Amino acid sequence: MIKIQEVSKSFGDRKAVDQLSLEIRAEENLILLGASGCGKTTMLKMINRLLTPDTGQIFINNKNIWDQSAVDLRRNMGYVLQNTGLFPHYSVAQNIAIVPHLLKWDKKRIEKRIDELLEKLHLSTRYRSMYPHELSGGQQQRVGLARALAAEPSILLMDEPFGALDNVTRAKIQEEFIALDELKRKTIIMVTHDVQEAFELGDQICLMDKGKVVQTGAPEDLLFRPSSPLVTDFLNEQRLQLEFKVIQLQALWKWLPPGSGPATTAALPSKTTLWRALAYFKYRGAEALQILDRERNELKAVQFEQLMAAFYQYKKNIVA
Amino acid sequence: MNEPQQTLWNYMSQQADKLLIQTLQHIGLTFISLSIATLVGLPLGILIARKESLSGPVLGVAGILQTIPSIALLGFMIPLLGIGIKPAIVALFLYALLPIIRNTYTGITGVDAHVKEAAVAVGLNRWQLLLQVELPLAMPVILAGIRTATVINVGVATLASYIAAGGLGEFIFGGISLNNTHMILTGAIPAALLALLFDFSLSRLQKLSVKKLRKIAVTAPLLFALLSLLYFVPNTAYGSKLTAGFTPEFMGRQDGNIGLEKIYGLKIHTVVINDAVMYKAAYEKQLDVISGYSTDGRLKAYNLVILKDDKGVFPPYYAAPIVRNESLIKFPDLEKTLNLLAGKIDDSVMTELNYQVDYLHRSPDKVAEAFLKSQGLWKEDRSKKTGVVRLGSKIFGEQYILASIYSQLIRGYTNYEVATKTGLGGTKICFDALVNDQIDFYPEYTGTGLLAILQPSRGTIDSLGGDKDKTFAYVKNAFKKSYGITWLDPIGFNNTYALMMRQAQANALAIKTISDLKQYLERK
Ligand SMILES: Nc1ncnc2c1ncn2[C@@H]1O[C@H](COP(=O)(O)OP(=O)(O)O)[C@@H](O)[C@H]1O
Ligand SMILES: [Mg+2]
Repeated sequence: MIKIQEVSKSFGDRKAVDQLSLEIRAEENLILLGASGCGKTTMLKMINRLLTPDTGQIFINNKNIWDQSAVDLRRNMGYVLQNTGLFPHYSVAQNIAIVPHLLKWDKKRIEKRIDELLEKLHLSTRYRSMYPHELSGGQQQRVGLARALAAEPSILLMDEPFGALDNVTRAKIQEEFIALDELKRKTIIMVTHDVQEAFELGDQICLMDKGKVVQTGAPEDLLFRPSSPLVTDFLNEQRLQLEFKVIQLQALWKWLPPGSGPATTAALPSKTTLWRALAYFKYRGAEALQILDRERNELKAVQFEQLMAAFYQYKKNIVA
Repeated sequence: MNEPQQTLWNYMSQQADKLLIQTLQHIGLTFISLSIATLVGLPLGILIARKESLSGPVLGVAGILQTIPSIALLGFMIPLLGIGIKPAIVALFLYALLPIIRNTYTGITGVDAHVKEAAVAVGLNRWQLLLQVELPLAMPVILAGIRTATVINVGVATLASYIAAGGLGEFIFGGISLNNTHMILTGAIPAALLALLFDFSLSRLQKLSVKKLRKIAVTAPLLFALLSLLYFVPNTAYGSKLTAGFTPEFMGRQDGNIGLEKIYGLKIHTVVINDAVMYKAAYEKQLDVISGYSTDGRLKAYNLVILKDDKGVFPPYYAAPIVRNESLIKFPDLEKTLNLLAGKIDDSVMTELNYQVDYLHRSPDKVAEAFLKSQGLWKEDRSKKTGVVRLGSKIFGEQYILASIYSQLIRGYTNYEVATKTGLGGTKICFDALVNDQIDFYPEYTGTGLLAILQPSRGTIDSLGGDKDKTFAYVKNAFKKSYGITWLDPIGFNNTYALMMRQAQANALAIKTISDLKQYLERK
């Protein structure tokens, strides 16, 4: 759907993006991950034509984005900015309505769309006539997302959308984000420097360093099949937690002891991540867990130590 | 002249008609130029906000324009635009330009870069970015610029009276040269109130929300246009075949326009204009008749002739140095040194000296030195200094020359140093400086001393009968008693008001006297 071919961009002597190639499939959620200053924002802006590449091409649906008008391109592409960029002199409703207005939607349709988005993003209608400075950071970010989604674009670009939020708010909005039905059908490119966020939200992760792609792949590819020590290094600090988040219980299946008797209603599906299973031990104080694989119609029963043992077996197996 | 006990309020109500006219003219001038400045400055500000490389040159030029002294600017424009409303508006426009351009530029470049980027990112085009984001967000800053420009314009518009464009400056500058505080205040108070009123209204506007501002953006140009039209409401002077330009001082003096109307019954279309540009305006045929001084060098320079004062409205007066009594005691050699000049300069000599300075542009110092040498009075500057004599002069050429002559005499004949404070504006400023011990002496005219400073009753003035010597004696006596100021011996020349015309025109119309002028004007 989006094809980036050998794109480079320099600011003076400084190469911000260097021969970057990338492909994003339709309805996929791709994360541009990397340390601050590695060129993520620069790359994202080139897709929206806010910046012009020095060399290279970008295609959307096989069409060179430089062959169409910048304004049309942008109006059909949602953009969530790092610092919201809400218009301070527009109310919440007016901010959301900017692109529909530009596209000359009729008034009724715009009003309906505003209401719909406010509801989906858990903003009460009393915010409609309020101004950005009257909102909390989380609310502003929601309005920024609503503005990007307003005209129902098929592509959504997001630049550290949750970066400015406190941890609790961020976790909450991320959860809502995952649950948001409307996003499931969109092609999303999201920039972040937060590894945890990347692993939680990304179908694909493109790890960048100094303007270049280090590795592009699914989260488990980066974790278990790193293409270079750079990847390993980048993930190392939080590796264990990331692994817990990536690994589903069904991957450990053959190292788990079989369970007996009928499955209880509390049995976890085998697609549950290791991270959530461990949370059961930790927060619910469970002694043992039942795990049910519906396809195989098999049941396992594990204690904490057995689960961890299976995890280490799995890892040993991968490395070998 | 106003009686001493007359209150300001009385004076103002007496002058209500004129005051109203001048106030309307003042508002009109301010807003015509402000409207044009906004129409030009706003787009220019937007342009340089877009093209950063132009911002230096544009702001630089606008800045330089603003530093040109107003009188000089008005003077430059007479050959191009004549006198009256056109040059006044152009000058005011130029002064209003900088704050409007600068604030538009700062306002737009100061809009949060993230907001601008967001606007582009969601697909606003350049015009939408400007109209929907940049201008609304920059509006408070732009309004602050317009506000500054308005206040500047209310102030500078007082100078419009220099070039016959009317406004409250007629009262203010008339009052200053006539030493009439009521007259000054009658112009200055409304001018100050206008400035405060506009400043306040615009400050309120600035604080409004963007939403309300949008509505006002539609009505504001209309209001500006309306206020601009006020200039044309007053239909003042009666038209006539010729146009006269008189100084504010002349307008208010018994031995000036008041006398002309009373004694000759002269009715001529009159505009008020500053002395500095009046002669040139006559030369440029912007004016036909002007009120000048009989010894003015520009008379010769611009080929003007004096109309004979056949009914004696302008009595001749002596010029003489007036000195604080305390200064005479403090500087014992001063009196005899100043009196060295007594009787040495007659009318034709003074006109010649003025001509050399005003027209040939020789420096007053050089002209003074040459004159003293020709009289055998010049002496080398003594190096021993034992005190400083402070010498003042009014703001026109003749006074500069006299000041130079006196300085050189004092330096050559005494051990005193001289500090000159030349260019002290009109009579009032000079005289106040003397009374308040800011200067020790300056050259004054007996007529001015009588009519502008002493302002005695009509009867006293009549009893002097325009006699030079009687007037001198009366003034000398009264100054000694009232102010502790001494008139030294007269310099010799008589300085008097005179009506003047271009020689060619006067010849063509066969006008030789003021009575001829009156008859010509009354002929159908
Ligand atoms: N407008 C600009 N002018 C000059 N240098 C820039 C500009 N924008 C970005 N850069 C530089 O390019 C590099 C990449 O920046 P950016 O894409 O913003 O990084 P990231 O979003 O990954 O933090 C940085 O070194 C940054 O300093
Ligand atoms: Mg960035």
